[in-house]
Amino acid sequence: MIARWFHRRGWSDLVIGLPYVWLLIFFLLPFLIVVGMSFATRTSTAPPFGFGGENPLVNLAGYARLFSDTLYIRAFVTSLTNAAGAMVLCLLIGYPMALGLTRVDRGWRNILLMLVILPFWTSFLLRVYAWMGLMGSNSWFNKVLTGAWNWLVPQAWDVANVPLMHSNFAVVLVMVYTYLPFMILPLYANLERLDPTLDEAAMDLGARPFAVFRDVTLPQSIPGIIAGGMLVFIPAAGELVIPTLVGDSSAPMIGRVISDEFSSARDWPMAAAVAVALLILMVGPMMIYSRFEARAQARERSE
Amino acid sequence: MTEPLVRIEGVSKSFGSFQAVKNVSLQIEKGEIFSLLGGSGCGKTTLLRMLAGFETPTQGRIFIDGVDMAAVPPWERPVHMMFQSYALFPHMTVEKNVGYGLKHEAMSDADRKARVREMLELVQLTPFATRKPHQISGGQRQRVALARALARQPKLLLLDEPLAALDKKLREHTQFELMSIQERTGVTFIVVTHDQEEAMTLSHRIAVMDQGVVRQVGRPGAVYEFPNSKFVANFLGSINAFEARVTALGDQISVDVPALGQSVQARAIGGLSVGQNVTMALRPEKITIHRAPIEGANVLAGGVKDLAYFGKDSLYRVALPSGALVSVHAVNAARASDDERLADWDDKVWLSFDAASVLLLTD
Repeated sequence: MIARWFHRRGWSDLVIGLPYVWLLIFFLLPFLIVVGMSFATRTSTAPPFGFGGENPLVNLAGYARLFSDTLYIRAFVTSLTNAAGAMVLCLLIGYPMALGLTRVDRGWRNILLMLVILPFWTSFLLRVYAWMGLMGSNSWFNKVLTGAWNWLVPQAWDVANVPLMHSNFAVVLVMVYTYLPFMILPLYANLERLDPTLDEAAMDLGARPFAVFRDVTLPQSIPGIIAGGMLVFIPAAGELVIPTLVGDSSAPMIGRVISDEFSSARDWPMAAAVAVALLILMVGPMMIYSRFEARAQARERSE
Repeated sequence: MTEPLVRIEGVSKSFGSFQAVKNVSLQIEKGEIFSLLGGSGCGKTTLLRMLAGFETPTQGRIFIDGVDMAAVPPWERPVHMMFQSYALFPHMTVEKNVGYGLKHEAMSDADRKARVREMLELVQLTPFATRKPHQISGGQRQRVALARALARQPKLLLLDEPLAALDKKLREHTQFELMSIQERTGVTFIVVTHDQEEAMTLSHRIAVMDQGVVRQVGRPGAVYEFPNSKFVANFLGSINAFEARVTALGDQISVDVPALGQSVQARAIGGLSVGQNVTMALRPEKITIHRAPIEGANVLAGGVKDLAYFGKDSLYRVALPSGALVSVHAVNAARASDDERLADWDDKVWLSFDAASVLLLTD
């Protein structure tokens, strides 16, 4: 009986079901725990939170503090602007690179793709430390920059060194460096599928190369831009390591806030509330977008 | 003589060590439908792409309306192309596709709209103006591509295998539509095709290409009836070809054809000498099939080996005593039941043909 079920459709059900089970146990369940925790009250016991008893069963204090304490609002704003900046810069740098990849011949293309992926082969942390070395005020890089600056501007504006480290600029710079492949690869996959005869057709109809790009290539690459943008924006907004190492500690990003609440402040319910808020902030626009996409597609099909 | 619309002068194109087009010279007159006919890899598409400006000739020059095209980029040429894949912009509506070329022209919005409407009427697609390309049929897409290419009123329209993606019924219909649109607009067409029937029906003149070389240029009738080489004769329609040797010149030329086991009389043409080796060629439809012996110079006796009945006509393959096979195409002019057929398997038959129908090819 089980054997018959297995042979008829059971094996495909199992194969399809396994990832869902995985997601259920290791993603949805922990997430529900976090959501539950966000409604708990902080205690000095272990674990450091509790429900009921002398505490209210549902405590919304964490969420209330999100709006009352400017630390959280500022952290959210810093995170979103840094992530948006990194995303836009990745797009501006990555788009020409992805487009270039589709225009070179096969042999070169593989080499260049390799170079895009190559940085992943060294430790992420090591690469961030390398940037710290470059940006530090005693580095040759900083000295060259300082020299150039002092040579260019009037003497009154001279500086001892260019303050690169511990700034939002440093965070965005390192995030762009780190996440650039996540922008290039989906864009490349999208652009590579486009039909080159469409470019020729546009050119044939009187479009100069820039008009060809604007009217034909760009509109068709929007799915790639959105995919790449999300792959950069989402991890960048929650980034912990980069802002901790090179960022401005007086204006932390949200990942840092969550980490601090969990570990040093031991306020797990507050940390959970911030995490849930971040998730809503990320997933909300995505869901609106995909619903909008689906409706547009349905409309197109029904016409 | 007036300047032809297109003058191609000794154009060659190489890709690395491969020569796609070899020293091609052609003149195409205004208002013509001119076909470039050949198998795949014969260089016809490369030639077309050079006219559009997507490839630059390695050698030679191309003039359109008297202007050397060497320094003119594709977007400034008075030439538009209808691509084999149609290359419609998938993110634009039919209307936007047709109007795309007009965007790059200085004209008022009202004029632009009027022109798009006019083009859509020309190809009978007005009701589909707001659809996207994936929402219309293949035949409609083809017409959108045509309307888009014609919208800017080009001097020259290049059509790359315009009918290849359509099914047989639609192809015949579209072929006549293309011809009537060409007549109405007066635009010169250059059509690239591998389909000899398409080339014959569609065009005023044909250039037969092979391995980058133009083998023959002429009206369809002239190229079919007077091919200048075995390649052209074979490429356009089918032909019976046999090795032969000229034995006598005069009012008629006598050639000895070993494969037929006899000599054949052909109409006199110049440039031959006695003893010269030639190819004797004969179109299957120029041969008459008889069931009784007949008298005359060009008569062959044999037996029916194969018979293919197509309805309106039949193809016979007749085996001669020498072992050679001759194809004969006969129209089934009279209605006949199976047992009344002109000839049947293994029947003894006699074949006759005019001296005027015999082709003597030296190439």
